[in-house]
Amino acid sequence: MKITIQDVEHVARLARLQLEDDEKPIFARQMGEILEYVDKLKNLDTDEVSPTSHAVPVENAFRPDMVNCSIGVEKALSNAPDRVESFYRVPKVIE
Amino acid sequence: MEIFDLSIEELHEKLRNREISSVEATQVFLERIENVEPKVGSFITVTTEKALSDAENADKRISSGDCQLLTGIPLALKDIFLTEGIRTTCGSRILQNFIPPYSATAYEKLRNQGAVLLGKLNQDEFAMGSSNETSAFGITRNPWNTDCIPGGSSGGSAAAVAAREAVATLGTDTGGSIRQPASHCGCVGLKPTYGRVSRYGVIAYASSLDQVGPLAGNVTDCAIMLGAIAGYDPKDSTSVNIAVPDYVKTLGGGVKGLKIGLPKEYFVSGLDPDVQKTIELAIETYRNLGAEFIDISLPHTDYAVATYYLIATAEASSNLARYDGVRFGHRAEEYTGLLDMYVKSRSQGFGAEVKRRIMIGTYALSSGYYDAYYVKAQKVRTLIMQDFTKAFEKVDLMLTPVAPTPAFKINEKTDDPMKMYLSDIFTIPVNLAGTCAISLPAGFSAGGLPIGMQLIGKPFGEETILSAAYAFEKATQWHAKKAVL
Repeated sequence: MKITIQDVEHVARLARLQLEDDEKPIFARQMGEILEYVDKLKNLDTDEVSPTSHAVPVENAFRPDMVNCSIGVEKALSNAPDRVESFYRVPKVIE
Repeated sequence: MEIFDLSIEELHEKLRNREISSVEATQVFLERIENVEPKVGSFITVTTEKALSDAENADKRISSGDCQLLTGIPLALKDIFLTEGIRTTCGSRILQNFIPPYSATAYEKLRNQGAVLLGKLNQDEFAMGSSNETSAFGITRNPWNTDCIPGGSSGGSAAAVAAREAVATLGTDTGGSIRQPASHCGCVGLKPTYGRVSRYGVIAYASSLDQVGPLAGNVTDCAIMLGAIAGYDPKDSTSVNIAVPDYVKTLGGGVKGLKIGLPKEYFVSGLDPDVQKTIELAIETYRNLGAEFIDISLPHTDYAVATYYLIATAEASSNLARYDGVRFGHRAEEYTGLLDMYVKSRSQGFGAEVKRRIMIGTYALSSGYYDAYYVKAQKVRTLIMQDFTKAFEKVDLMLTPVAPTPAFKINEKTDDPMKMYLSDIFTIPVNLAGTCAISLPAGFSAGGLPIGMQLIGKPFGEETILSAAYAFEKATQWHAKKAVL
């Protein structure tokens, strides 16, 4: 599977990552090798097989819609890189 | 015998009979850690003060007559478990200053018994790795040969047990991350059935595969640890509400008449001769103990690694989207606007292997490739699960190697991700099938490195593999050999 520098840049953009210029050819080669390896799955006929997303049969777990104790604002914000009052602060989104 | 060589059972007896206090035992371990850490590097954080205050509390409990199996026992946790007020990094720079506001259920359960926390153990970054070399906090070395890797991703958890820096530890296993390091470090490691142990407060890698489990110096200790952490947790809706048996009580069941399957796909070319010989001897031992062997087939084994690296990376790319520098974790110092803040924070915080897996997962989920890669892998997962279901109609458990080779050299595979991924070929199918498996010491290579074997059980068949492991351990005593440091 040929992965180009442009492919790497496109996927990095989707993943919100930025790669250094010298990293890009390495990622292109390694991703190409990995994708070539996983291509072996194409040898299997799975038209009649249903996908598995979960190893054990589980159903939706519901609980009563009741207010429970929570960790509180101060604890929730204790790791915030930047905050103001009881909010996380981020750069301006709307001009 | 040194205090740090004692098992949970032995130390528990001494604590209960007041031959030693938990504070004294904890001091022994803290000193041991100080002595061997420069050689091994199992820990990211040693919680000295916390350990001593835990031990004081444990001694008070013991004085009042409340001495459960883990009361006062010094343990350590992979740095993937959230520990309230104690830095939890998951081996990543992006979490290097993260102090969790709450604790993982598995840790809470150990704490409720009065266990002592010695510290947080080194691991591959976000549990992505098979050698502990992707940690942002330095490598961990194999206590049996410090030129070798301890395995991964729970490499610190295995090395700490092998170096007797903790009586037992907890790790996590997404594709073999408990069993492979246990095998490489000569300890016992168990990956429980998916849903057996709560994942609440365990930093997520691939949520449909991740499972918490113990690493210990012998099978009994492993059973004690599993009993302590297993059970339904309303905070993890994927944990399963099945009663937790007394895993220690059933250990002595023996293997007479037990049907053990040998999946032929696990005994193909590429197996190291020492590993091959070890497994053959193990089969012989079980035969002498009265077990019956049956040749079985898991026909889709060859597709497991490919399936895993699509499903795990896809789930990881989604799980790791939360690290954006907003609520917790690293935020870049300079950026222009919100999007740039996300990109710079993530790019500075994640290491190369994590970026690589996020990229593969993002690719597999991206428009135009979703069906060809992600859905295809989920379908093959169904076939792999069916292989196990069919095989377990004929046998009670399976016996296989854990890893194709003993521990490899540091830096041997760091430049070749595909080669590294293939070292998990015998452990990955178990995670895809969601069932349980144990790795236990079965011998040594000519070079003196431990070699483990894997017993795979039916879903929620932990009792069967533990008692089969116990019978082997009693007959061979491989676990009694300790790494010299």
